[in-house]
This record gives sequence, structure tokens and C-alpha cells, in this order.
Amino acid sequence: MTVGRIAVVGASAAGLAAVEALRRGGWTGALTLIGDEPHLPYDRPPLSKQLLSGDWQADRLGLRTAGQLDTLDLDLRLGTRATALDTVTRTVTLADGQRLECAGVIVATGVRARTLPGLAGTAGIHTLRTLDDALGLQTWLSGASGAPRRLVVAGNGVLGCEAAAVARELGHEVTLVGRDPLPMGRLVGDGTGALLADAHERHGVRMLTGSLDGVKTADGHVTGVRLADGTALEADTVLLAIGSEPAVDWLRADAALDTSDGLRCDEYCAAAPGIYAAGDVARWYHPGHGRHLRIEHRMNATEQAMAAARNLLAELGATEDERRPFTPVPYFWSDQYGMKLQAYGVLAGADRAETVLLDKEQRQVAALYGRDGLATGVLAAGLPPRQIRGLRAVIATPGPWDEAHARLLAAVGGQ
Amino acid sequence: MNITLDADKCCAAGQCVLVAPEVFDQRDEDGIVVLLDAQPPAEQHAAVHEAAAICPAAAIQVHA
Repeated sequence: MTVGRIAVVGASAAGLAAVEALRRGGWTGALTLIGDEPHLPYDRPPLSKQLLSGDWQADRLGLRTAGQLDTLDLDLRLGTRATALDTVTRTVTLADGQRLECAGVIVATGVRARTLPGLAGTAGIHTLRTLDDALGLQTWLSGASGAPRRLVVAGNGVLGCEAAAVARELGHEVTLVGRDPLPMGRLVGDGTGALLADAHERHGVRMLTGSLDGVKTADGHVTGVRLADGTALEADTVLLAIGSEPAVDWLRADAALDTSDGLRCDEYCAAAPGIYAAGDVARWYHPGHGRHLRIEHRMNATEQAMAAARNLLAELGATEDERRPFTPVPYFWSDQYGMKLQAYGVLAGADRAETVLLDKEQRQVAALYGRDGLATGVLAAGLPPRQIRGLRAVIATPGPWDEAHARLLAAVGGQ
Repeated sequence: MNITLDADKCCAAGQCVLVAPEVFDQRDEDGIVVLLDAQPPAEQHAAVHEAAAICPAAAIQVHA
């Protein structure tokens, strides 16, 4: 039985993976894909890397060709925003007032870049979430004048660090301002953070600890920033990389949904009967970690969308399958100055981290992260691929810290 | 089935090797994907489709 409509709200990596998985899984009914950006589904990780550096043009980011999308027989609504979801009737309302009654809905609306109030319309202030954001910043970085200009990057998480590295390599004067004393320190801990700090310092990035308090403008263009401690910095351009917020505003009217820090889901990625979520917006219960997780990593977007699609089809009786809990081993990577960090498992929320520095010059490092006595995550840089794949096995299932630590050392040949 | 790679996109995640080790490998020096079999036999097709789907860099293209 495959009747009615499934709507997938959000047309980025998760939304695309969801509609593909629904068709592969046998859904022959109507399938609506709603995206608020005007672009066909594209890939975001290169925005802060290859696109920002100018190595790639935008057309290289497309996840599928128009022809490939045609084979999915989609009711594709781009440049269209969903404004409400009624979970009882499974009705999605669009900005133009249209109401789509659905057999099932997959929410994949992702996150929005956080900004500071009162900066709308100020020239030279950028965020970096969408393709249009990235093109705007890239236009400035590739500036025709040729002279290095001053960029302040507010926020030293993954995105801020990657953008700072690209801008520096393009010859700009870059100041990286973050609340954590070490780049990505809150995520990766002190040992790996110190290694990253060393890399940024060697390349000439100025690093400051602090948070942005406001910006100075002249004639509607940014001229500098103020930090909370009173420090004033001159700037021609400011990148706000100060985190993101799950795009759940449109879901708030339905009291059946918990939208605190993303759309809360069970272990099947279900938020309500017939309503599933996937990707950056989904906060689901991971049985292996024994808690709710919300993961803003590229691989999770696809994997979770495939799981949500499978489970929705099972719930609707459209397949013979049973619903299965979604229990992935999360993965993320980051590139800075030719240095690649790769991590498996969960690093966020760790109460313990230990870094094994294998070779400082070669920037070879392995690190273990844990919580409540269990090892939950592992990170590596500069190691051969076989070793890195071996590290994944160390934390594929959270286990006792000491045991995982011994296995980590055995895998990397550390002391 | 015919597989093509965009090695420039590859982020060396190694997920493809975990899913389809008879079709994909990684270069020792930098982990970039290596195609072992561009036209794998039918029993590999499901694994290859999964590898292409979960590749976090969208570097694997599968053609009919």
C-alpha cells in the first residue's frame, strides 16, 4: 500500500537522502520536497573550504543533476518555506497558505546561522551557512583590489577555524576571536586545541579570547568590532561563526512537538506518529549512548535521513520491514592548512579527554573522549587510513574508558 | 553498473571501504579513495549504492 503523499521539508543533504531512500524503499505515492533556498540540493562542507578558497565554482556543489532528480518524480518546491505542521492531521502549511495533507512527513530543515541583533543591512557582515552566504564572503575574499584586508572571524568553532585558515592562505590579515582560549577547544579538548592553535599561529592568524559585543560602522559598512572586555579591532569584513540554531520556528505552534534544541525524536527518529526528523535539526535518542543527541555533521544528515525514511515506510505499512532504532557511529572531519582532523563517535559533552601527541612536527595526534566513565569518541590527525579505521572500532560502542584507552594506544603504537 | 569517483571531493572518511571493501580502498599516504573495481558484480551492487549514498563528500557516482 503506497497511497497519499509524503512531504520532506528541507532540501539539503538530509532532505535529498530522504526522498531517494523513500523511492528506493518502494514509495510510489506523491513525494513533495520543500526547500526554502532557490537552489537544487547542494553540499555544504565545501562552502567553508573549496568554495571559499575559490578552488571550486558553485556548480560543483550540486548533489544531483536535474536529470537525476527527474527520475525521482518529485513534487519539488524550491524557494518555498513551510510555516506550520499539524501533527494530528499531518498537514504541512506553506508560506503561500497552501496546505499539504500527508501520510507522512520528514522534517529536515537543518539549522540557521546565529547572528547578532541590529546588523541587518550592514555591509561587510557575513554568516556562512548557505551557498549565497558563501558566495558573498568569497567575493570579498577574492577582492579585485588585491591588497590584503582585515578579516575578523567571530567564533573559533569548526566553521570559524576553517574560514580563518582559508582567508589567511589567501593573504588576508585574520583575527580569530573565540570564547574558548584554544581553537575548537570546547569540542576537541586542550591537547588537540593546542595543536590547532600552533597551526593557526604559524600561519599568522592572530588569536584572541573573548566574545563579540558589537560592531562599528561607517556609512552602513562595518569598520571594526568591539569585544566584551572593551578591546576594539579594526575590520573591513566580519564573519559571524557564532553557532547555529535548529530551524524549528515553524514547528512551535504544535504543542505535541518538543522543539527545545531541535526537534526531539525517539530512537526511531520519530517525533510523533507519521512525523520523522533527520539531520542537523533532529535530536533523537541514541540507545547506544543512552541519551538524546543532535549532530550537525554531514554524514549524519544522510544516514539519519535513510533511517527516518525506512522507519516511516515501515510505520505506514508500505514495506515489510520493522522499524529499527538509529544507532550510528557519528563521523566528522575538518580541514585546516592541509591538516585533516577526523573523529568518530561523540566528542560533545565529554567530561574527560586525553590526547596522545605522536609527532608534533608531523601533526600526528590521536585523542579519546569520554563521559561518565565510558569512552564515547575518538579523534585522529595525520595517521594512516588503516589506523584511523581501526580507531573507529575502539568507540563503535561506548565502553569502559580504560579498555578503550588501551586499545587506542595499541592501535596507534603510543606509550 | 559503472562507478566513477571525484577524488578531489574525497574527504578520506573511509566509509566506502567499511561498506564495500572489495570495491573501494584508500591511498596509504592521504586516505583518498581508490577504486578497485569500477564494474563490480551484481552481488556488490547494494553495498556500492550504500557507499555512494553515505559518502559524506558525495565523491562516488554510480551509473546504471
